[in-house]
Amino acid sequence: MLQRLRLYRISETIFLQNLTHMTHAQAAKRFTADVDRTTWHDGALWFVRQKRDRMAYSLPEWEELRELASQIKNHTLSRLDEYLEEFERNATANGIRVHWAANAQEHNEIVLQIIRQHNGKRLVKSKSMLTEECHLNPFLIKEGIEVVDTDLGERIIQFNDEPPSHIVLPAIHLKKEDVGQIFHKHLGTPEGASDPQFLTETARQHLRGHFVAADVALSGVNFAIAETGGFVVCTNEGNADLGVTLAPVHIASMGIEKMIPRLDHLGVYTRLLARSATGQLSTTYTSHFHRPRPGQELHVIIVDNGRVEQLGRPDFRASLKCIRCGACMNTCPVYRRSGGHSYDYTVPGPIGSILSPNVDLKKHSTLPFASTLCGSCSDVCPVKIDIHVQLYKWRQIIGGQKAMPAGKRVGMQLLAKVLARPRLYARLGRVARRMLASTPSALTHNGTINPWAIAREMPEPPKQSFREWYAANQK
Amino acid sequence: MNVALFIPCYVDQFYPQVGIATLQLLERLGVQAVFPMEQTCCGQPMANAGCEADSIPVYHNYVRTFADFDYIVAPSGSCVYHVRKHFNIIEQTPAVKHVRERTYELVQFLTEVLGVTSVDAEFPYRVGLHQSCHGQRGLRLASDSEMSPSRDGHLSRLLKQVRRLELVELDRYDECCGFGGAFCVSEAAVSARMGQDRVADHVKNGAQVITGGDVSCLMHLEGIVRRQKLPLRVMHIAEILTATT
Ligand code: SF4
Repeated sequence: MLQRLRLYRISETIFLQNLTHMTHAQAAKRFTADVDRTTWHDGALWFVRQKRDRMAYSLPEWEELRELASQIKNHTLSRLDEYLEEFERNATANGIRVHWAANAQEHNEIVLQIIRQHNGKRLVKSKSMLTEECHLNPFLIKEGIEVVDTDLGERIIQFNDEPPSHIVLPAIHLKKEDVGQIFHKHLGTPEGASDPQFLTETARQHLRGHFVAADVALSGVNFAIAETGGFVVCTNEGNADLGVTLAPVHIASMGIEKMIPRLDHLGVYTRLLARSATGQLSTTYTSHFHRPRPGQELHVIIVDNGRVEQLGRPDFRASLKCIRCGACMNTCPVYRRSGGHSYDYTVPGPIGSILSPNVDLKKHSTLPFASTLCGSCSDVCPVKIDIHVQLYKWRQIIGGQKAMPAGKRVGMQLLAKVLARPRLYARLGRVARRMLASTPSALTHNGTINPWAIAREMPEPPKQSFREWYAANQK
Repeated sequence: MNVALFIPCYVDQFYPQVGIATLQLLERLGVQAVFPMEQTCCGQPMANAGCEADSIPVYHNYVRTFADFDYIVAPSGSCVYHVRKHFNIIEQTPAVKHVRERTYELVQFLTEVLGVTSVDAEFPYRVGLHQSCHGQRGLRLASDSEMSPSRDGHLSRLLKQVRRLELVELDRYDECCGFGGAFCVSEAAVSARMGQDRVADHVKNGAQVITGGDVSCLMHLEGIVRRQKLPLRVMHIAEILTATT
C-alpha cells in the first residue's frame, strides 16, 4: 500500500511539474497558511453574502425573478446570432460603430486602432472583466498608451501590478492597511495612513486629472439590448460616467453573451444584479447609452474569444448566462478560504471553474476539483446556472481525457474494481481495518503520506464491520 | 413492505454503530429491514473524482443487489443523492429506474414514506445539526439560506421531537463542512480549514453534540474534534433518534 501511495506521489509530482503554474490546491495551501488573513477574507465575503441574503429575502418574488432571468437568457442564447445582428443593425442606425472581434488579440488591436485614429495617448478605463480577460492593459502599455483604471479597486491592483481577485470586488484580498501601503508608495500618502475615507479621497483627486486628460474612455457593458441597439453599464462609483462623458471617444467592450432581447427584460436583471452582487437595491449608477452624444464617437466591440465554442457545448452552454454578479464567489466556502488568485484565471470562483476549462483544459484542470460540490453557488446564482452540475461534468471530461495525475486515475480504477466485487471488498475491508489498527499512529497520521491527517484524526477502526455484526447477530 | 438497508462502504467499515442504530430505528417503527450482503458502495468516490465510467460496474452491482426491494434506505444523504442523480449514465432499465426512485435517505424515508412525525427518544443534550449539502441542496431535505429565510427541514423537525434535546442555533446555518470526498485530501488545506470553522461554530454556540444525516461529513468533523481534543461528541441522527435514558 505504501508503495502505491509513493507511486501516486511520484506520478502527481510529474504531473504537477508539467504544469507551469501552481495547482489550485497548492495556491490555496499557501493562502490558508495565514490563518488570520483567511479568517478575515472569509468574514469579509460572508458579510457580503449576508447582505445579499437580506435583499433576496425581502423580495417575495425572488425565485420567480431568478427563473425569469434564467429563461430569458436561455432563450437569448438559443438564437444569439439573430439578436447580435439585430443589435448591430439598431446600434449602427443610432450612430454607434460596431466592431466584431473573434479573439482577445483582435479586440486589443481594434482598441489600439481607434486610439491611434484619434492620435490618442491616454486611456481611462472603468471596470471591465472582458479587458482583463483580453489582457488589454499590458498590450496597450507596450504600445506606448497610458492606461488608467478608474474603478477604485481596479486602480489599487493596477498600482500593485496584480490581477483582480474578484469580479465585483477586485481588491477584496487587500486590507485597508495594504491599500494604505500601496498609496504611500504610489501616491505619496503618509506612511501608515489607512483611513478608507482619506484613501478614497486621495484616489479621487489623483484620478480627476486623468479623467480630464483622457483622449479615450473605455467601459464594459452589462447588458446590450437588441431591440434598441443600446447598452447599459452598472457601476457604483460613477467613474464610468465621468470617463465617457469627458472623453471625445467612448469604446465599450462586450462579450457576445451580454445580449438581452428587449428593453422590457432589463428590469429583471437590474433588480437581480445589485442585490446579488453587493446586497444593494440597485447599483448607484445604471447608465444607458444609446447613441453618441454630439461631437463624440461611440464604438462597441463585440467579442467572442472562446464563447462560441462554449455555446456549442450543450452541457456547459448555460455558463454563458452569467451576469457577473460575483455572488457565487461570495458564497463559495472554498473561494472564501483560498482567495481569488488561487484560481489563476480572470474569473475566479465557481463560475471561473466552469468557464476556464473551455479556454485551456490542461492549464485549468484542477479548478473543477476545487469544490466540494456543495451546490451553494447554483442556488445563489441569480440566473440559475447549474454550476455544481457543470463542475461534476468537467471532472468527467478531465478524467476521460486523462488530464489528471496517472496515480489518481489508476487508484480510482483499482477502487472501482474492488467495489464491484462484494466478497473481495469485504475481505479487503477487514484487512485494511486491521492494518490501520496495527500500524503506528506516527505512520498513519503522517501528513505527507496521508493529507487527511494534517488536521484530522483517522476514524478508529472497529473490530467488526457492520456486515460482520449483521452476519453474527441477525438471521 | 420489503425494505433493504444500504450501509455505504465507509459506514460499514468504520461506523457499524450507525448501521445498527439505523436498523433498530426502523425496527421500532415496525419496519423489518434486511441487509443484502452483495452491497458495497454507490460508486460516488470514483465518480466525483472524475472517473464515473469506472463506477459503472459498481452501479450495476448496486442495481442487482437492490432491484427486488420496495425501498432501499441509507443513513447517508450523499450516497442517496448519487444514486438518484448520477445513475443516469447507465441504461435506464426498469430495475435501474426502480432503484433510483426507491433509494431513500433514512429520515426522508421516515417522514415521507412512513409518515413519522414523532419519535420516542430522549437525549438530554444541546445538539448542533450539521446540514449536509447533498441531503439539503441535493435531496432538498431542508430549506437553504440561499433561497429562503426559513430554517426548516426533515432532520430538524424530528430532532425537535426528541425529549430534552435542545437544538442550538448556529451562526452559519448551512455552510459546507469541507469533506467533499477526494477533496478532503486533494485540497486538504481548505478542507481542514472549512471543517475547523464548522466545528468552531458548533462550539461557540454551545453544542455538546454535533449530528447530521451524513456520516461522511461527520467523519471529517469528528476527525477535527478528536485532533483538537474538544469536549464534543459527533453522532449520526439515527443514534440520537434511538437514544433513551
Ligand atoms: S455564475 Fe451566477 S452567481 Fe456567479 S457571477 Fe455569474 S451570475 Fe453571478
